Amino acid sequence: MDYYDNDDNENLEVTLLLEAINAKYGYDFRSYARASIKRRIKHRMSVSGIKKITGVIERVIYDRPFFMELLGDFSISTTEMFRDPDFFQALRKTVFPAIQHLPFIKIWVAGCSTGEEVYSLAIILREEKLYDKTMIYATDYSEKSLATAKEGVYGIKPIKKYAANYIHAGGIQSFSDYFTAKTDTAVIDQSLRQNMVFSIHNLAADGVFGEMNLILCRNVLIYFNRELQDKVFGLFTESLEEGGYLCLGSKETIRLSAFSDNYDEVLKDEKIYRRNTTPVSDAKANDKPVVTPEFVTKGGELIRDVKAKMEELDHLLRGLPGKDAV
Amino acid sequence: MKYEAIVIGASAGGLDALKAIATQLPADFTLPIAVVLHLHRNTKNELIALLKREVRLTVKYAEDKEKLKHGCLYLAPPDYHLLMEDDRTLSLSVDEPVNYSRPSIDVLFESAADAFGKHVIGIILTGANSDGSLGLKRIKERGGTAIVENPQSAQYPEMPLAAIAATEADYILDVDEIAGKVGELLRLDICKTS
Repeated sequence: MDYYDNDDNENLEVTLLLEAINAKYGYDFRSYARASIKRRIKHRMSVSGIKKITGVIERVIYDRPFFMELLGDFSISTTEMFRDPDFFQALRKTVFPAIQHLPFIKIWVAGCSTGEEVYSLAIILREEKLYDKTMIYATDYSEKSLATAKEGVYGIKPIKKYAANYIHAGGIQSFSDYFTAKTDTAVIDQSLRQNMVFSIHNLAADGVFGEMNLILCRNVLIYFNRELQDKVFGLFTESLEEGGYLCLGSKETIRLSAFSDNYDEVLKDEKIYRRNTTPVSDAKANDKPVVTPEFVTKGGELIRDVKAKMEELDHLLRGLPGKDAV
Repeated sequence: MKYEAIVIGASAGGLDALKAIATQLPADFTLPIAVVLHLHRNTKNELIALLKREVRLTVKYAEDKEKLKHGCLYLAPPDYHLLMEDDRTLSLSVDEPVNYSRPSIDVLFESAADAFGKHVIGIILTGANSDGSLGLKRIKERGGTAIVENPQSAQYPEMPLAAIAATEADYILDVDEIAGKVGELLRLDICKTS
């Protein structure tokens, strides 16, 4: 049977599958860009020997371990340390000088995946002597990715590339100072974790993280459709302090979104924007997701924990001397 | 109109081949063209400028969620996969490399086959690997049209050969015949320039 003749059916099947996943497990992929999601579904089909997407729906509904595998496929995202070294250089040269006067700095890495970018950020913060007064909130919807991120243990293979990126990004130490090499793995310097909080947060469903000075969300939004992108931009706008910075991936832009007016462009190529004083219009504000404690999703339950944790950490941070330590 | 988009994949030797085709197309060419060109790192920056100088089409790196416009040649940005969506937009991904490549030709072609079905023309040009062959196969399965550069005259024959082995190409042509064939398929007059 040639199922490619039924392409319209295929699209219908993808829609139904994503509905089923949302209804059954509370993970909402309905607003993801379809072409990539479809590739991942097809990958799982070929691994599991399933011929039609309808077959995936059945498995997803009745077979939780299978769903977890599919969820794993959906959340795979390749990232690297100091990806786009010019961007990290720009953080050092342009963004950090503008926020270094703050008594403490709050950074949200949204969609942090397996954490490579979080550690990259911590490294340059430390080198710029800002890390001791910084808290990094690293979030992702995937528990599996977060577990890897928290652990900070990576394959040894790409380290050479990371080291080259690090130098290109303006690194001032030897990159090998930041990890311990084992046979197959590189274990990130555990002291880099001191001011990091990892937590489950689903950009498609969950709410605002308040009072951030800097938000990094790079190469996450490309997986979303325009509507969801807009919703997330609203979330970021709500989460950023006035004058706070928003950093996107090199091919992402806020300029096509409804929140474009709320940002000034700081560096065009590096996709660094700054929240200006333009208020968000009520019409848009109404569209925004609001954090409520009654989340039905798993991520929602955990975000409540993290909010408490954030308050606790804020408290600690406020107790710190407001100077550049180290 | 039958055709709504063209996808082109090229690897080693691909820049010259792409130029040979694109320079023959007029500025008001009626279809959008999306291209994956495997690049050496050092050519990335000059690529757009180089093509812009010689090509009348609008040449640019694809932006995320960009609406496809006719007369535009969209290049996959370095280190991103380029995909076509059902709603006639482009999207990007940083999924792992396919065939050791990001961007990968298979990823673009398979998404174009899904989004456009029989309304897409897939073109595989010179290259020293087999990326694109599965994508071209998918385009054929969905009723689209497959053109492959003649391996005998291609600078690197492996990629055309792999494509021909994977599926039955509609046309196997020398690179300078391809734009003419596309014009014929579109019933268009293609301005011939050297």
